Amino acid sequence: MQNQTQTEIPSTPSSIISDSNTDKTSSYTASQWQLMWWKFRKHRIAVWSATVLLVLYLAAVFCEFLAPYSLSFQDTSYNYAPPQRLHFTSESGFHLWPFVYGLKGQRNPETLQKSYQEDLTQKYPIRLLAKGQTYKFWGLFKMDRHLIGVDSGGTLFLLGTDSMGRDLLSRIIYGSRISLTIGLLGVSLSFFLGLSIGAISGYFGGWVDDLIQRMIEILRSFPQIPLWLALSAALPSSWSALQIYLGITIVLSIIGWTGLARQVRSKILSLREEDFATAALLVGASQTRIMWHHLLPSFMSHIIVSLTLAIPAMIIGETSLSFLGLGLRPPITSWGVLLKEAQNMRTIAFYPWLLSPAVFVILTVLVFNFMGDGLRDAADPYER
Amino acid sequence: MNKEPLLQVKNLKKHFPVKRGFFNQVVGQIRAVDGISFDLHQGECLGLVGESGSGKTTVGRTILRALSPTDGQVLFRSDDQSYDLATATEDTLRPLRKHMQMIFQDPYSSLNPRMTVFDIIGEPLLVNGVSDRSEREQRVQELIIQVGLKPEHIRRYPHAFSGGQRQRIGIARALALHPKLIVADEPVSALDVSVQAQVLNLLQELQSTFQLTYLFIAHDLNVVGHISDRIAVMYAGKLVELGTTDELFRQPKHPYTEALLAAVPVPEPRKSRNRALLSGEVADPANLPSGCVFHPRCPYVEDRCKTEVPKFREIATGHLARCHLAE
Repeated sequence: MQNQTQTEIPSTPSSIISDSNTDKTSSYTASQWQLMWWKFRKHRIAVWSATVLLVLYLAAVFCEFLAPYSLSFQDTSYNYAPPQRLHFTSESGFHLWPFVYGLKGQRNPETLQKSYQEDLTQKYPIRLLAKGQTYKFWGLFKMDRHLIGVDSGGTLFLLGTDSMGRDLLSRIIYGSRISLTIGLLGVSLSFFLGLSIGAISGYFGGWVDDLIQRMIEILRSFPQIPLWLALSAALPSSWSALQIYLGITIVLSIIGWTGLARQVRSKILSLREEDFATAALLVGASQTRIMWHHLLPSFMSHIIVSLTLAIPAMIIGETSLSFLGLGLRPPITSWGVLLKEAQNMRTIAFYPWLLSPAVFVILTVLVFNFMGDGLRDAADPYER
Repeated sequence: MNKEPLLQVKNLKKHFPVKRGFFNQVVGQIRAVDGISFDLHQGECLGLVGESGSGKTTVGRTILRALSPTDGQVLFRSDDQSYDLATATEDTLRPLRKHMQMIFQDPYSSLNPRMTVFDIIGEPLLVNGVSDRSEREQRVQELIIQVGLKPEHIRRYPHAFSGGQRQRIGIARALALHPKLIVADEPVSALDVSVQAQVLNLLQELQSTFQLTYLFIAHDLNVVGHISDRIAVMYAGKLVELGTTDELFRQPKHPYTEALLAAVPVPEPRKSRNRALLSGEVADPANLPSGCVFHPRCPYVEDRCKTEVPKFREIATGHLARCHLAE
């Protein structure tokens, strides 16, 4: 206990002020962001979620290297192959390093269903930094090393394959690049729109405020999914993959900014009445200075929290749109596009592994929400 | 005292519209400040007393133009020139603002928690053209010593300080620009009683060192009596009595002042007193009573008080009261 109290840094201001112990002087000079970090650190689940998120985003950044196969890989002789098991034991005993057996596909002559069996005679150990298909890392460097792989002749379909014999795990890893960034991009757009429109609304007040608020009310009264559907249906089909991607981002943030704008407005309205804003006015500070040095920093942490909580909504939005076939379309690979393959009962019944992208969507949304929770608790370290 | 007053407030009014409904129609007015006049001389301390809701804070904020007055004049003398603050534009106001500062009631919300003490006290200097950081640092160190804190405190954030220490930081910020007038809006009422005396003494010391002029707003007659030369008593947006501290304490002319004085605790528990305690509620500034605004609560109320509005008239030299019965 003694040891703990010495290393632990108090996170609430009330405990900081309590005495003039020299050990605590570091917290006297701690800025808002430091105090926030100390408070966030105490939220176990949030810290874990942040770690998971970091891993997910790193995977998105290095997807070419992490994915066992490249995006263009397909082998129709292995279509609808179920996930391959990693084995540690064989007839020759226990292996320290996992391996997979070769796959043998057979067509059932009656149902014409293809079924796969492990070929126990062929063992392919998993190789780290295996030589595989060549790819261009970030579209720049030519490389052929993958994090994991098997020797040529073997296959490594850890999450199975789809109708064209494409490795699902690789496609999920590639899809994360689109699915995870569309949330970030959409949220930055919402952030820009919400902050500027909300600031104008709260700052000028009067009829400008009224007009903007009524506009937001109208926008928010639209049912979200039909509005998204209508807007994305309006995107021209001649657009390139990149244009569609940006277009969908815009569609997603068209509703997203309204909530943020309201928050910014109400924060400005309440903070303007704070004594420290009046004090700044009375010493002769300009309106711009009050805005940038007093109001904006005071609600920035809250804005970051609501942004964090808005990202999962964007990710789900993209997934639903793509699932319904009105969002991103192949050849773009996103989690929603992958899920579109699992749209009918037959595929789900026979090839349930095609639903695995949903697991990643759920995981991402959950960790974003847990992290947002922790951030929200830490956002105002000055609560009294 | 025969010189021109530093500040002349003439018939100052501040009404807040009451808005209701979808289209924000104005359905009434809250008369927070309803025609107030007084003079304030260089080096003087005028206490402004009243219950919560009497409009005293609004008076202070309207004089400094944190709020725009509805009507009236606020004449401020600077460099032998007189400016009407009530109608001045923001551009004419800005160079004048450094001559008048405010000390706030709540030492927590008056300091931006995201700025260090150096940035808080240095801000008035920065926005008024002291752009050299080392010059600012030197001045902030001087100020922090003047208000009784230590130079090393300027790297800290407000959360490191107690209420009394925060109030000292607020005072240092107000002093940074060498102001002539300071509006102190209940500067000690949020503090512990033991700290109140320290801060009051500091304010008095600073007044004599820098020849400051105070408008000292408070709800506690004891505190105001301690520091003020003259006292103005406010009720429902109007001044009801104005006089020197001695005279007001010895011979209150308005029944409201009488009641306030009776409420001042006397540190002699055995002494029994005839307390003229007030009954009833403070007048609603959105719906003021007819005649004398104080008549529903007045123990001496007569018929004419209910219809006839009393004038603010001089009863003795320099002693004004708003009551039909005062003499």
